Amino acid sequence: MSENGHGVKFWPGNIVVAEAAVAAGCNFFAGYPITPSSEIAHQMSLLLPRGGGHFVQMEDELGAMGAVIGASLAGAKALTATSGPGMSLKLENLGFGYMVEAPCVVVNVMRGGPSTGLPTHPSQSDLMQARWGTHGDHPTIALAPAFHQEIFLETIRAFNLAEQFRMPVILLIDEVLGHLSEGVVPPERDAYEIVERAHDSGEPDKFLPYDVTAGDIPPFRPYFDGATWHTTGLNHDETGFPTTDAKHIQQDMYRHYRKVLGNRDVIDKVEYYMADDAEIGIVSFGSTARAAMAAVKQAREQGVKVGLLRPVTVWPFPKDQVYEFGRDKKYLIVPEFNLGQMVYEVERAVHFDRPIKRVNKVGGVPIYPSEILAAIEEVA
Amino acid sequence: MREPRQETVTRLACDGSGPTGGHLACRGCGGVLAMQMAARVLGPNCVFVIPAGCMAVIDGPFPLSSLQAPLLHIAFEAAASAAAGVRAGLDARGKHDTTVVAWAGDGATFDIGFGAVSAAADRNDNVLYVCYDNEAYMNTGIQQSGATPAGAWTTTTPRANPKPTPKKDMLAIMTAHRIPYFASATPAFPDDYLAKLERARDTRGFRFLHVFTPCPPGQRFEEQNTVRVARKAVTSRVFPLVEVAGGKALTVFDAGEPTPVREYVRLQGRFSHLDDGEVERFAAEVDARWRWLIDWAERESDE
Repeated sequence: MSENGHGVKFWPGNIVVAEAAVAAGCNFFAGYPITPSSEIAHQMSLLLPRGGGHFVQMEDELGAMGAVIGASLAGAKALTATSGPGMSLKLENLGFGYMVEAPCVVVNVMRGGPSTGLPTHPSQSDLMQARWGTHGDHPTIALAPAFHQEIFLETIRAFNLAEQFRMPVILLIDEVLGHLSEGVVPPERDAYEIVERAHDSGEPDKFLPYDVTAGDIPPFRPYFDGATWHTTGLNHDETGFPTTDAKHIQQDMYRHYRKVLGNRDVIDKVEYYMADDAEIGIVSFGSTARAAMAAVKQAREQGVKVGLLRPVTVWPFPKDQVYEFGRDKKYLIVPEFNLGQMVYEVERAVHFDRPIKRVNKVGGVPIYPSEILAAIEEVA
Repeated sequence: MREPRQETVTRLACDGSGPTGGHLACRGCGGVLAMQMAARVLGPNCVFVIPAGCMAVIDGPFPLSSLQAPLLHIAFEAAASAAAGVRAGLDARGKHDTTVVAWAGDGATFDIGFGAVSAAADRNDNVLYVCYDNEAYMNTGIQQSGATPAGAWTTTTPRANPKPTPKKDMLAIMTAHRIPYFASATPAFPDDYLAKLERARDTRGFRFLHVFTPCPPGQRFEEQNTVRVARKAVTSRVFPLVEVAGGKALTVFDAGEPTPVREYVRLQGRFSHLDDGEVERFAAEVDARWRWLIDWAERESDE
């Protein structure tokens, strides 16, 4: 925060996402009304036309995701935002985005589910959907900020990672963060980096849209940039045209995984809180991690040595960091605002070798610090 | 164990007792007026299939209010398809006399559920589809829909960039499917609306009722003006009341000498940014569409 409050904006998280997207260079938004994410669309409808960008409200969620992919391939930095049921509808086109390697950002402001669930209440129950929602094998990058300042920076990072690795990136927040107003200081333009997708530097008439001879990320040319190319959701070779060559397809699917798993130094992000001498470890993300931090602080005041690891990049899951954090802990606690999703990843990360206590809740009322504190006291 | 409350919208309406409290509609809701009258005609031997939208909320949390008929609150895009399924299931059990009613807002009908509506019409499913139209996504916070008129403010068509394109013409779209019954109506003309509900109920096949139901918070007018706005929509010819039965014979409700479109527009805050010239252009489009309707009606009567 600035010293005198100058430059501090008091924004709901959804507005932070929209403002940060524009700061990241987003110039296209396609969306569809859905609670609790609609304010992102409202704000984009105000912001984008002012800066020469394009806002469009589509006929449904499928259309919104389709428009985002189309805009991306035409060269735009594209965003869509939705919540549970809308995310379910987007999934087929999201998979298309992975297949054709279309950079874009998809925001899921999580609410209770399945189905209509709890439209005006938060949850964290779409964590696994973010990873495995669409069909087929593909890597996932998903970011889950917990504070408004972090939402701003992670929204920018979502665009940068999408551009750098040529793929959709998911930003997971929830109704608490989306509607909670909190101070945020939008950084000056020179305080953050904006990444653009690597542009093909070869001769346009020799352009191969999926040429990976120089690396795992094919250089890009938008449509009508000197070359004509074919885009398909079918498995395809370097020309962009379909192939059923089993050997090529397997190599290519491994390349997709390599793009993400081979660049974890750029993609991974975890934060620690009072973790140095902790004997009890908590792993928690997003809004629930805020309750966990309060619980850690209270437990520390009682003399309990407890600390927190907070994944900010939730996919790929930071398994090595969680292993290092968890391997010597007396007990691990995994509070999450669902019936148990991230806990499976934590169990795997520590090789099923540490006792783990789950703290789960659904129903729309977030996990209280006192509930996490009770879990800490139980295992202390 | 909580006892279902008996004094519900449908039950009272079916008894002829009229409106009741307990539902969760906003003050002045045109949609709940339409539902009360519809329930009087259609209930109690009916099933409601209601997708995401205001009416899915209005029916209320148990036991404050619930429609005393089976209610299937289905996903946003699926009202027509789920209604088709309910119809088939009842028919399979030999229960043919129940009216299956899909009750969906304009977003669910004009946009996300449009494919499902078209397909149910194409199959001529024996379903009564009611679109209660308040010309935007009011339940999610007043976003534009395919039913929003050109020039209107919504939260996704801000005043600097109001909606550039006109409302989809559902009369032309649905009658192009050659369905057995199409009508537009509004609870502000209750005799006309109730008669159309009865004819729709008594027709077999896919019936589509397009009901204009103004929304005070969404269209930005005071809640005592709902019926006034709806009446002005009809008398100014912005929302003509028509009926097409058997795929032919367009009947246009005669509301007498037209009132100025300006009076309709100026009742609503969503149009407050329009200058007089823009209102005149709106009026000219209303006139053009009216002439097209009258030409159609005269052509049909000549045949």
